[in-house]
Amino acid sequence: MATRTRGASTARSLAPMAEVERLLLREAALLDDGRLDEWLALYTEDAIYWVPLEPGQADPLTTVSLIHDDRALLEVRVRQFKHPRAHARTPIPRTVHQIGNVELREDDGRELRVTSTLVMVEYRSERQRVWGARVEHRLRREANGLRIAAKRVDLVNSESELEGIVALF
Amino acid sequence: MSALDIKGLVQPDRVHRAVYTDPAIFELEMERLFARAWLLVGHESQLPGPGDYFTTRMGREPVIVARHTDGTIHVLVNRCAHRGARVCDAARGTARLLVCPYHGWSYATDGRLASVPFPEGYDGLPASGLGRVPRLASYRGFLFASLAADGPSVDQFLGPLRTSFDDFVERAPAGEVEVGGGVFKHVYRGNWKLVWENLNDGVHPAFVHASSIWAAREQPPVNGGYAEIAIRQMLQNGAPPEVWEHTGLWVTPYGHSYMGDYHDDSRLVPGMNHPAFAEYRAALARRLGDEGASRVLGELRWNSIVYPSCSFMSQFRQLRILQPLAVDRTAVHAYSFRLKGAPEQMFRDTIAFANVVNGTGSPVLTDDLEIYERAQQALATASTEWISIGRGRAGDVPDREGMHRGGPGTSEIYIRNQLVAWVEYMTTET
Repeated sequence: MATRTRGASTARSLAPMAEVERLLLREAALLDDGRLDEWLALYTEDAIYWVPLEPGQADPLTTVSLIHDDRALLEVRVRQFKHPRAHARTPIPRTVHQIGNVELREDDGRELRVTSTLVMVEYRSERQRVWGARVEHRLRREANGLRIAAKRVDLVNSESELEGIVALF
Repeated sequence: MSALDIKGLVQPDRVHRAVYTDPAIFELEMERLFARAWLLVGHESQLPGPGDYFTTRMGREPVIVARHTDGTIHVLVNRCAHRGARVCDAARGTARLLVCPYHGWSYATDGRLASVPFPEGYDGLPASGLGRVPRLASYRGFLFASLAADGPSVDQFLGPLRTSFDDFVERAPAGEVEVGGGVFKHVYRGNWKLVWENLNDGVHPAFVHASSIWAAREQPPVNGGYAEIAIRQMLQNGAPPEVWEHTGLWVTPYGHSYMGDYHDDSRLVPGMNHPAFAEYRAALARRLGDEGASRVLGELRWNSIVYPSCSFMSQFRQLRILQPLAVDRTAVHAYSFRLKGAPEQMFRDTIAFANVVNGTGSPVLTDDLEIYERAQQALATASTEWISIGRGRAGDVPDREGMHRGGPGTSEIYIRNQLVAWVEYMTTET
């Protein structure tokens, strides 16, 4: 994983970076392994998972989104994969999540804002697709370490005519 | 392909697979159906001021819909009269002149040629400017265009389906709706008819959407908040068979249909009990009176399909415009509308509903798209020629204003009716 830190690379800023990178790599690995319950456990109880439709979209409530899930809808989305007649999700897409350019943007002591880039290769049903996205995580410090409070995935082709999206970014 | 050959493809209770898979039939559809019928191209609110334009397709034809300086609206072929390059590239914009990027020919927003660089080099300039789509008409702000110079009026074409547009607009306290909130654009690898044959089908939800119904049922109740609308809609797909059997299904000439007597706001959204809904109803009553508001909100209409280009539903202000790309590839653009004069929360409900029903990543829509693709793949097999469209046929009955009604709400009458119109278009030579 290529890593950059903003400003001075002090010991103080390097320590959380190691933890941040571990979390992002773990998230990617769980998605690529299809271990979705464990993936969901990385998210806080008030988490938001957002894939905007428009570049730079400011608001998920007054403009539509490719995906905009609060915790309840994310649970529904993950559960759906387990149904024997989940037509578009059986088999689950095979993916490779490649994360790069990780940067810690803000750290207020409670939450960290981290940006990265994602290249995801997806294969399902005789079709391979390549996705590119800029990603922003809001990570919260909890008793057992960092958890994901929000994830925003800005696909480079979010506004184009797209076939259905089933895989998780 | 002779008229006899085409007629033979559609029989009272079955249709031949070639209707969905034969590229020659698709080419003929572009010529005889999509180049003739009134196609919905958009809504007047997308062009608030002079010089505003948006680009879209009519069938496969790329067009510009623009408001000229005098306020008139024009539908122009998006192809330079000189060397054929696409003139407007953006999905929408505002311009005094539409300038071709290739050699700088420029056009006024009514399509007239405005200027040509180095004019002396051309041996006589074309006077016509951009190609003009011959007919444009508005019904309650919805813009229809036809690539044919002659044909029925929009009023004739829509017939009783006009009441669905009335329902859509009358729900706005200010009596007007406007496009807002972004446009979903999804595509599937299947024939364009598959989406229209699915939309008013009351049997498919329990099967196609079994996984999202189950996933929503397993979820602890969420009261209020963003998720409630999405989860309620997933649950609604799992309504018991009686609900679907008692849904009303009306069909009209020209292949249109609508689903009525379906379900109401109190069942589907936080709706009647939500403070925003009370505020909305009061605003509606200020224009229509209390009785008028009750009448408008009592209309339980769900999807209306205007064959072959669009479908819409008033309760959550959704509109889909279909664009056939190839015999086995189709794009659907889904728009949301704001009820002018309604509390902002109503529009937020619209967006939440759009995400779950029309969202490219929706747990619901993705299963529909998967089924269209599986149908297309299997229809390509040559060993079995026919598929069935006969469900509920014995119950088809004539109804008011030249409509017919399906006996049970699960009747395939709307598919049969679409294919009757299809044969009529396809066997009428130009």
